[in-house]
Amino acid sequence: MNELYRLATGPLLWAAFAVFVGGSLYRLLELFLLARRRERFLFTYFSLRYGLRSIAHWVVPFAATNWRRHPALTAVTFAFHLCLLLTPIFLLAHIVLWEEAWNVSWPALPDDWAIGMSFVVIGGCLFFFARRRVVPEVAYVTSASDYGILLLTAAPFVTGVIAYLQWFDVRLFTVLHVLSGEAMLVAVPFTRIRHMLFAPLTRAYMGSEFGAVRHARDW
Amino acid sequence: MTGSKTPPPAKTVDEGLERGIAGLTEERIRRIIRRVLAGETGARLKAYVDTCIHCGLCSEACHFFLSRDRDPAYSPVGKVKQTLWEILRRDGRVSPDFIKEARIIASTHCNLCKRCAMYCPFGIDVAYLMLVVRRICHLLGVTPLYIQDTAHSHAATLNQMWVKDDEWIDTLMWQEEEARGEIPDLRIPLEKEGADILYSVIGPEPKFQAQLIYQAAVILHVAGVDWTMPATPGWDNSDMAMFVGDNELMGRLKRAHFETAARLRVNRIVMGECGHAFRSVYDVGNRWLGWSMPPIPIVHAIDFYHELLEEGRIRVARRFEEPVTLHDPCNVVRGGGLHEKARAVIRRTCAQLIEMEPNREHNYCCCAGGGVINCGPPYKKHRVESNRVKAEQIAAAKLKGAKVVITPCHNCHSGIEDIIHHYELGVETRFLGDILYQVMEKP
Repeated sequence: MNELYRLATGPLLWAAFAVFVGGSLYRLLELFLLARRRERFLFTYFSLRYGLRSIAHWVVPFAATNWRRHPALTAVTFAFHLCLLLTPIFLLAHIVLWEEAWNVSWPALPDDWAIGMSFVVIGGCLFFFARRRVVPEVAYVTSASDYGILLLTAAPFVTGVIAYLQWFDVRLFTVLHVLSGEAMLVAVPFTRIRHMLFAPLTRAYMGSEFGAVRHARDW
Repeated sequence: MTGSKTPPPAKTVDEGLERGIAGLTEERIRRIIRRVLAGETGARLKAYVDTCIHCGLCSEACHFFLSRDRDPAYSPVGKVKQTLWEILRRDGRVSPDFIKEARIIASTHCNLCKRCAMYCPFGIDVAYLMLVVRRICHLLGVTPLYIQDTAHSHAATLNQMWVKDDEWIDTLMWQEEEARGEIPDLRIPLEKEGADILYSVIGPEPKFQAQLIYQAAVILHVAGVDWTMPATPGWDNSDMAMFVGDNELMGRLKRAHFETAARLRVNRIVMGECGHAFRSVYDVGNRWLGWSMPPIPIVHAIDFYHELLEEGRIRVARRFEEPVTLHDPCNVVRGGGLHEKARAVIRRTCAQLIEMEPNREHNYCCCAGGGVINCGPPYKKHRVESNRVKAEQIAAAKLKGAKVVITPCHNCHSGIEDIIHHYELGVETRFLGDILYQVMEKP
């Protein structure tokens, strides 16, 4: 188990970060080059001002009409994404690892908060899972990969909480936590989790078209 | 996986589709699909397909989905799933029957109204994805008969309605003569080089709505506008080619239109109350020809009426008394931002405006646009049944007192009329120009 832990927190972690960063950059570059080669006009219409205007209306909870139409979903979506991004970055245990390896550190979240936020992420996954089962228009377009993405996202948080609360074999769940976190990072460029990379671009492009050409709001 | 709730519409027999698929082989289908995907699509298609998280939030944007009891097969993403996702998943290995169904979905279950782009958190352009499907079907020769006929007319005559060159000139002279009964010195100037404005219309105006040319002539004459109409093909600004997926033909049409305006050395093109033509001239056709924005400024009738009223070139004798409501046409509102100007014109010309809810950019489509009404009688029942929400919007406005629905777009006008009849709403539709002509001061 110690061997596995060392492997998971050593070479595999390096590999996971490399694939995450390199793969994400590759995906963005690939898209950029594709646009340059086939749809150069996209750059003509791209407007920073209107792109940001559109993004601003969609990253603020309830600022867009459709967010207001779905208050529960909106609350869950924003809480989920915020916790998903912030918890791993500001978790004390993670910062300690950064400090040991690189001698860098930053303020940490109190552990109770981090646990609470992890439950928000897990709850969010359950909410999205239920929504995929219950809401007909979502069920209609749901495929196995959608459940896979939910599982990939929930896994590091579920295992992390179990390890922290020492419910089962701590060492096993710590290793599973590290491995599942790495799996999620690696999955970003290769699954539709890459909406994390592309969504700001598609939103900004639609915002640009609506703002600069169509003179209309898109939120 | 949940299936579609409502049964599919009664089996439509469309000769254009049946004949189209009769000669198709799976090998040819795959070749054409690959050609389109590899040669004509790029970053947008990739980003849209890769980014969609299958959340279904676009659904409530769609009047089809809402009107058909929230049938998931009619949600924007549901339509993409049944067409483009399948094509991609099977790497183009789809059957002729699949192509027929995909054509029906892309061409008659979606008006390309882009309302869903305002409801998708990622701004995914489902209208564009449906156009990709239409493009594939066009190259495979699978197109509803009625709209293909209008495209053939465009190809043969450069107008949508098989109007012959002499019939066009004759119609203008006829309307000039009629209008001179009211205003003796009125002219419909033909081929006037160097005029300030080229006034362009869609094919149906000379074909069966010639009174609209009469009204426009009166408005332009009274306002003292220096204008002209061409005596040559290129007068028609409409474009069904854009909607069948025949981009090459669209390019020919728009080139003829812009070149006609350039030949007459006008400063601007003012167009009648048509939404899809505005989309074609202002947004789509110009891009195909390589112009990021139209090479000659395009002014939609709403914008032009607004200008004439604001500058005092047209004065209102007595405002239109019956309470009106306004249908915001997608192509000039979500496509051109003319919603406030339309309201300003109505405030000047009408005594009372009762708003539909929702309105402006959020207004529901008429369900006729995007070439859907042009697919003809086989799809009419499905079309009007698929816009119950519009009927409810109009009925609610009527309850508040509205008696007239102003629809400043040809497709909307016809679509709303069908809805009014089908749901027995008991209100009238009018163009903005009808109202302006009626209330303006005339010599």
